Amino acid sequence: MGEVVMLEVNDLNAWYGKSHVLQGVTFQVAEGEIVSLLGRNGVGRSTTVKTIMGEVEPQGSILFKGEQIAGRKSYEIARRGLGYVPENREVFPTLTVRQNLLLGMKSTTPSGRWSIEEVFAMFPLLAERADVPGGALSGGEQQLLSMCRTLMGDPDMVMIDEPTEGLAPKIVEQVGNLLTEIAGRGVSILLVEQKLNIAMRISKRLYIMGHGQVVWEGTPESLNEAGDVRAEWLEV
Amino acid sequence: MPEVLVFATLNGLVTGLLLFMLASGLTVIFSMMGVLNFAHASFYMLGAYFAYSISLYFGYWIGLIVAPLIVGVLGALVERYGLRRVHQHGHVAELVFTFGLAFLIEETVQFFWGADTKNYQTPELLNFPLFTLFGQEFSAYRGFMLAISIGIFIGLYQVLTRSRVGLIIQAAITHPHMVANLGHNVPLIFTAVFGVGTALAGLAGVIAGPVLTTFPGMALVLGSIVFVIVVIGGLGSLPGALIASLLIGLLQSYAIAANVGMPELLELLGLEFPPSHPLDDLWTLDLAQIAPTLPFLLLVLVLIFRPAGLMGKREQ
Repeated sequence: MGEVVMLEVNDLNAWYGKSHVLQGVTFQVAEGEIVSLLGRNGVGRSTTVKTIMGEVEPQGSILFKGEQIAGRKSYEIARRGLGYVPENREVFPTLTVRQNLLLGMKSTTPSGRWSIEEVFAMFPLLAERADVPGGALSGGEQQLLSMCRTLMGDPDMVMIDEPTEGLAPKIVEQVGNLLTEIAGRGVSILLVEQKLNIAMRISKRLYIMGHGQVVWEGTPESLNEAGDVRAEWLEV
Repeated sequence: MPEVLVFATLNGLVTGLLLFMLASGLTVIFSMMGVLNFAHASFYMLGAYFAYSISLYFGYWIGLIVAPLIVGVLGALVERYGLRRVHQHGHVAELVFTFGLAFLIEETVQFFWGADTKNYQTPELLNFPLFTLFGQEFSAYRGFMLAISIGIFIGLYQVLTRSRVGLIIQAAITHPHMVANLGHNVPLIFTAVFGVGTALAGLAGVIAGPVLTTFPGMALVLGSIVFVIVVIGGLGSLPGALIASLLIGLLQSYAIAANVGMPELLELLGLEFPPSHPLDDLWTLDLAQIAPTLPFLLLVLVLIFRPAGLMGKREQ
């Protein structure tokens, strides 16, 4: 890679009860880089990001900006600059769009790369619905809100789990544009995806997971040429 | 008749809002942590006892401020060093823990203060009738209780809906993991909410102690009604707790004021029992005597017709 490493995961293991879900996951994300974690359902992609975020107890090494964060609490990890947008969006349903965004900020004083005004300028759809409860938004609007809420905390890296799942093509395009905008501001992205199209379009590097491990690593170009890899680990 | 209605309404509001002061803390704690705190009313009792002891040396007003603070700190310590450790063993362990804590507090109170009723008095400053209507006096202390309860309700509502802390609490009620993922210290918020909830219970004890008497069984008397309120309102619903508190406060107050005997009530339903009937005892009761059972009757009706409570949502 050559650049400064933002996130370095080494031999990460995790269990759900007696089930050994992550079996030595190893990968890296550099500063300002978009990296995708691909794989079929149930291979441990979401568990990987949840474990990095402290939601699942880890065994192994997770270095973020050179500091060991394995075993730290979620809020401590978030405060160190690692953002997370979960698969099910987790928009606060009773709070308005504006209040959802306000809670993304780690302090009352606005600072950093993103502001509410900017978010509203980028997504007039959210501006129009600023005072509408988050639970009343469509799936696509909730996805955009969830991503923007995390950005309000000014993270140096964001992990985004299946952002295009179940969305209309028009919203998928907006999500793609937002991801490019995030990376353009120097924020690293770890994108967890099942679908290839968006990952292939915006990622610099790709990791494929299978059976709780990283089974392939390469660029979008090399994956294009590796039909056998796609057939074995990605195609349904 | 109008004077009965006015005073019954005022007394019902005093009782209802006092109950809400207890129920609000209990329901917010339940919403956030999933813990039905059996010891909640014990903190109410502690508030009354601490305030009584403080009032002996420094007067009522210092007790009014200091006692809820002590109870709040105790509550926060219980959450931080007790409940949080027990939490990993599940909700049953938490229930048993709070159940045991209620007994511990009751025994401790008896150990230090004795089993007798304490002579905890209303302050001299408020020992006068606030107003006289239809020849009947409404005491200034009851007016003070009403004002404090309304003030607490408005303050709580403002904090929960307008402040950043309130928004974090609202969000943490439904999505604690996501709130933590945004960088907010959820365990600290839980401790603070538990502390504030128990402090409110303590405050309710401080202001109710002189009126409802301060004795070791006071937690038991009000505790069961507070649980009834939380269930009737809908577990975890703050507006539901307010409605249920006022409903029970007013219902009990009207029942006491109504001065209607069971024969009249049963007659309305077309029922009549001869004097030798096995239910003769029931026949001789009046509504005021059965007033304490009305919350439980209401609970049974709510559980039959609306099991999730008035404002509660049934989990899917």
